[in-house]
Amino acid sequence: MVFPFSAMVGQDEMTNAIIIAAIEPRLSGVLIFGDRGTGKSTAVRALAALLPDMAAVSGCAYACDPVDIPSLCASCRERQLQGSLPVLRVAVPVVDLPLGATEDRVIGALNLERALADGAKIFEPGLLARAHRGFLYIDEVNLLEDHIVDVLLDVAASGENVVEREGMSLRHPARFVLIGSGNPEEGELRPQLLDRFGLCVEVRTPNDIATRIEVVRRRDEYDRDPAGFTAKWQAADAALREHILLARARLSEVTVADDVLEQAAKLCMALGTDGLRGELTLVRAARAWAAFQGAASVSMEHLRAMTSPALRHRLRRDPLDDSLASTRVERVVAEVFAA
Amino acid sequence: MSPFDPAWAAGPAPDGEVFSDAVWVAALLAIDPVGLGGMTIRAWSGPARENYLQKFRSMLVPNSPFRKMPLHISDEQMLGGLDLPATLATGRPVMTSGLLVDCDGGVLVVAMAERINTDIAARLAAVIDRSAVISEHNSINTVNAARFAVIALDEGYQSDEAPPACLLERLAFTVVQSGLPGDVDWPDAAMIAQARESFNAVASSDDAMTQLCSLALALGIGSLRAPLFALRAARAAAALQGRETVAACDIALATRLVLAPRATQVPSEPTDEIPEDQPEESPPSQAPRDDQPETVEDSISDTQKSVLPPELLAALAAGAGPKRARRGAGKTGDSASLRRGRPAGTRPGALGAGARLSLIETLRAAAPWQKLRGTKTPGRKVQVRANDFRIQKFKEQTTSVAIFAVDASGSAAVNRLAEAKGAVQLLLADCYVRRDQVALLAFRGRAAECLLPPTSALARAKRSLAGLPGGGPTPLAIGINAAREMAEAERRKGHRPLLVLLTDGGANIGRDGNPGRAAAAQDALVAARACRVSGLSCLVIDTAPRPQTFVAKLAAEMAAHYVPLPYADPSHLSRIVQSQGDFRASSAA
Repeated sequence: MVFPFSAMVGQDEMTNAIIIAAIEPRLSGVLIFGDRGTGKSTAVRALAALLPDMAAVSGCAYACDPVDIPSLCASCRERQLQGSLPVLRVAVPVVDLPLGATEDRVIGALNLERALADGAKIFEPGLLARAHRGFLYIDEVNLLEDHIVDVLLDVAASGENVVEREGMSLRHPARFVLIGSGNPEEGELRPQLLDRFGLCVEVRTPNDIATRIEVVRRRDEYDRDPAGFTAKWQAADAALREHILLARARLSEVTVADDVLEQAAKLCMALGTDGLRGELTLVRAARAWAAFQGAASVSMEHLRAMTSPALRHRLRRDPLDDSLASTRVERVVAEVFAA
Repeated sequence: MSPFDPAWAAGPAPDGEVFSDAVWVAALLAIDPVGLGGMTIRAWSGPARENYLQKFRSMLVPNSPFRKMPLHISDEQMLGGLDLPATLATGRPVMTSGLLVDCDGGVLVVAMAERINTDIAARLAAVIDRSAVISEHNSINTVNAARFAVIALDEGYQSDEAPPACLLERLAFTVVQSGLPGDVDWPDAAMIAQARESFNAVASSDDAMTQLCSLALALGIGSLRAPLFALRAARAAAALQGRETVAACDIALATRLVLAPRATQVPSEPTDEIPEDQPEESPPSQAPRDDQPETVEDSISDTQKSVLPPELLAALAAGAGPKRARRGAGKTGDSASLRRGRPAGTRPGALGAGARLSLIETLRAAAPWQKLRGTKTPGRKVQVRANDFRIQKFKEQTTSVAIFAVDASGSAAVNRLAEAKGAVQLLLADCYVRRDQVALLAFRGRAAECLLPPTSALARAKRSLAGLPGGGPTPLAIGINAAREMAEAERRKGHRPLLVLLTDGGANIGRDGNPGRAAAAQDALVAARACRVSGLSCLVIDTAPRPQTFVAKLAAEMAAHYVPLPYADPSHLSRIVQSQGDFRASSAA
């Protein structure tokens, strides 16, 4: 049982970013920077309970999507050629990648038990396989060891995990939404990894006493009676779930006018972001936000709301320059939108 | 007198008894072990701690688990999984449930918590958050309840040795050595059991909640876990004293036990003359700086641009430092590890302590013996014995730590402190590229001070560097010794230290803090030799207006790479860019 997502108080930027990532998986993730005890883990763990079930091939270790034929894993493809694929509903996975996880656990390894019991060479899927079609959550992502980051970067870019070790040679689909959290004071994030996250939000501990009291009140209520509290918020969670499903269905119909695209390009040029991923992410995020808001097309307001989270971590910056990226983004946003 | 006289809750005991707080902590934790998370006991092993733990245990639910977690517990032992040795011995899968699940409903004692690995702490924190262990075996998820309190035994000696922050954050209380109770009255188990019954019914008014939240805010505690813990502690205290609602004295007690140890600032009151943002306890080493802000302002020199041969640190790390006896034949920057990193061969060995079996190699080792061993047990195709085990070796990239020791004395300030700062900044950018950690030491007057302990947050390094004041005599030997001690401490942590010394060589304060140029120079040379003996990689940057023979000699004694800091007056910049090749040549010499 987890704390209900809709019972979270404040931290709108973070909860909105998570919702947008759930609506549009192609954004490939959210990075949450902030202090301890600001509800980062609570939000991510609540997400799992919020998401609607998905259809998966029954008996498939990677929970392949039975409708998406081109991206089936090798064994599902074989079964599909022989006949139909049995389908079952499973929960969307939200997988924790703990700091210090070994490569074995992340990539997957030979299944020792089966190998010893009946000499079979069976692949034991790792965390990447389990996160396929779901979310991979890395707390303190800025402290993750480099060799794990290397693995992640490669898999996140290709959507496929290639295993060549312990006499195993196989590949399986691994497309997931990365959710990272951390405290920037404790360490820097490699720019390549930073770039993998579609959105980046900064959470601060609320300084307004009423909000803080409300947080403590709800959490305390939950701790005293988890079942009762969850039941109380069930309706709100269900409504939010419906809302997300609706937004997903509507996403492809939301139009983006040329002037919005132009404005996005202007923003990226003014900020000097590298490559075109900035524009692409910004437009996708704005479209998801518009879909969530029930709009038929992306307005300038939607674009403006998404500029900070989509671009603040893409500025080419001096590692020693500690002026906040957010302030630079806000200044440029004000200038570009005023023009 | 009972230790739970309500009067005690309002403050220290009236008769000067100082032990009451630790008893309160134990009692409150025994009432609500899961909700309060646990406690850190910062004390060394000894009868006082043992006695305290014993008393605490006697207050818990009878026969509830009370288990100790060793430092280097393996994943299987901690979270459950396949018991490999037992599996091999019996020929069928043997699963272990894991220590954390076994602890459900009880207490987990983490021994030597200040040395616990961050990965173990992170996993423990995730289990605490979920109150359950979720394990996946053959694609079947199992959720096993694991609700327990954690007692972290912190035996840290210095202030930088502490349990990981993610663990501390989730424990309500801290008890320190001096707070451990001696021979005092303890509440009996029946009293605690009764409070445990009534705890859930204790009501807390909105007022209480508001009070705790504002107190936390005033004390500069950002995390919202703190007021939550305080609220639970207050309720437990009320339950213990037979009240049905939280009273003012419970709030006071909770504030003292939970909020006060986490405070980062003194609440500002209009009558107080405490300046804002002043940390509660500023380290004594910073005191002189705070006392004389005027002189500081004057001598802080702006960081200027300076030019250094590029890739200096890379060259140093690649072995341009002293030729020292390497332990083993490892490549620079890598260390052998049994747990993680890139695979690097196998070796025969026993399982345990996180070692990972290389199955293919093990089977290969067992293969030639199969005929001799025969197949006595039907159904077992392969006979593997313990001496066939092959352990996977890994190579792990070690973190490098660049320790900058900056001469901030008067002579250096007059000469080229600003450019020295610029040089450090260039090297910091180099560190960022190489993902090194950095630490910053400055020496002037009669002491060396650590401006920044090793960190990978380079922006902080830049900030502390910019605020570095100059002035006073040059305690070169003290500076070198402090840098060497820090480097050796980093090496003990498994990091690779690089020592970068920036000085103009004008030593005039000896190792004992007494003035005298000749003795000071002699002491500096001795300190430099100690660096060589210790086998540290060093880099000496001469910041004198003209390269000094003494600094070169110092570098030779340290077996260091010697670089005279080139002049980088902005007006001469173009000339320097043209002759940059010369600098590289001179640095390689």
